[in-house]
Amino acid sequence: MTSPCIYLDNAATTRMSSAAIQAMLPYMDTVYGNPSSLHSMGQRAGEALSDARRTIAALLGCDASEIIFTSGGSEADNQAILSAARWGEKRRKKHIVSTAFEHHAVLHVLKKLKKEGFEVTLLDVHENGIVQPQQVAEAIRPDTCLVTVMYANNEIGTIQPISEIGRICREKGVLFHSDAVQAVGHLPIHVHEQQIDMLSLSAHKFHGPKGVGALVVRKGVPLIPLIEGGSQERSRRAGTENLPAIMGMAAALTEACEGMEAVNARMQAQRDRMIAGLANIPHAALNGDAYDRLPGNVNFCFEGIEGESLLLLLDDRGICASSGSACTSGSLDPSHVLLAIGRPHEIAHGSLRLTLSRDTTDEEIEDTIRAVRDVVAHLRGMSPVWRDMEAGREPFILR
Amino acid sequence: MALYSEKVMDHFRNPRNVGVIEDADGVGEVGNAKCGDIMKIYLKIRDDVIEDVKFETFGCGSAIASSSMATELIKGKPIAEAMTLTNKAVAEALDGLPPHKLHCSVLAEEAIKKALQDYYERNGIAYDRSAFPDCEHCSHCSAE
Repeated sequence: MTSPCIYLDNAATTRMSSAAIQAMLPYMDTVYGNPSSLHSMGQRAGEALSDARRTIAALLGCDASEIIFTSGGSEADNQAILSAARWGEKRRKKHIVSTAFEHHAVLHVLKKLKKEGFEVTLLDVHENGIVQPQQVAEAIRPDTCLVTVMYANNEIGTIQPISEIGRICREKGVLFHSDAVQAVGHLPIHVHEQQIDMLSLSAHKFHGPKGVGALVVRKGVPLIPLIEGGSQERSRRAGTENLPAIMGMAAALTEACEGMEAVNARMQAQRDRMIAGLANIPHAALNGDAYDRLPGNVNFCFEGIEGESLLLLLDDRGICASSGSACTSGSLDPSHVLLAIGRPHEIAHGSLRLTLSRDTTDEEIEDTIRAVRDVVAHLRGMSPVWRDMEAGREPFILR
Repeated sequence: MALYSEKVMDHFRNPRNVGVIEDADGVGEVGNAKCGDIMKIYLKIRDDVIEDVKFETFGCGSAIASSSMATELIKGKPIAEAMTLTNKAVAEALDGLPPHKLHCSVLAEEAIKKALQDYYERNGIAYDRSAFPDCEHCSHCSAE
């Protein structure tokens, strides 16, 4: 449990829970059979696979037959969108509705489809980082084959009105996919009630193992396999199932859903304490809505400094964080998410994302607030941009 | 993080010559905030020698380290020598920079040249314009 650093990058990945690790072990060295084999070792593995599928389905409010295990969120996103596009193509429906701040696993697939002649409408997400259901209703056309809107944003944590969008899509007879990688295990989800046709999830975002996820797909939605081969996953995803990882995912999701209410209450209080502490720094601003956001997400912009240097100095103090800075990604453009909520380039460069987990302590929150204050002040002290603004030669953009 | 060499991290953590020279003889600023890097170099020059140099930088770790190293490389040197400082020399002195960070060393070279140009202009000293980069159009950035 004790780690040498304060880990506040849980939107990137999480520490695996011991329940998840324990759940995996027997399927590596004892029940290592192939779930497709006829012998008893294989059958035992097959039963475990079915159990995991049922467990996950029950926690997400869908049928076990509607779960397809994948290598993670990106694969699930790719398969969902490409399947809907191929289905639409045959019916001359080549229009897709999405938002400007989706994950690249969605945006890059849409870009590829655009090159193939699809039309894509990317909805504005406003200053608060939330798309309005009405915008979706207005964007849907007779030739729309798919609406894909993320459940919660990975950078700024804003939660989208998924149930309302689900209702609109169902009424209009349009397929609805949601990339719920940041939401599963963190927010209550009921796929059937929320009328979600396809939903992507990834185990390592809720204390499960990396390299495993699932695509939830409503019965009757035509899915095409990305990987051809054997008849695993009802011929919708070939390849021997990663049983240990799937068992770890089921255990991790069970634990996350069982403890969700208590964890979220505590984490939300810590999040709000962190937001209040950082908001005391002059010329700093929270990115995304303060209330409709994931319980563990804090994302700030600080005027006059650049995000990468902020991250490196926090790392020196033992704090693992992340940034939407261009310099961390190797490109010159800052985060598309921060640009989508209207932050100008020069502000978007100075962003910091701190994402909490159920292991985060109050002490870590206080230590981090102090460290960020110090590091921001240090970097501003050597920033010509900050000096010009302080001297009144240039206007402040934030407050 | 293994992104940077020990040298880069040292100059980033403990930057040399940070600050402002109020009565500078030459000041050069390059880059723009939209790209995420701005460097400003202040020079104090006596008898054609760079007596003192300070910098301010808004930017990533390698931008801060490049500024710091560049100031060390020209401090106490004759102007003629400072004029020959290349971005390559800055990057080498830092034991290398990742490929996508090389533009930081270019900015450092350009900031120093711009400060020297400012010194020449202020003092009405004739100089070869072609020896100075056209900093109004940074080649590494299209955000302007």
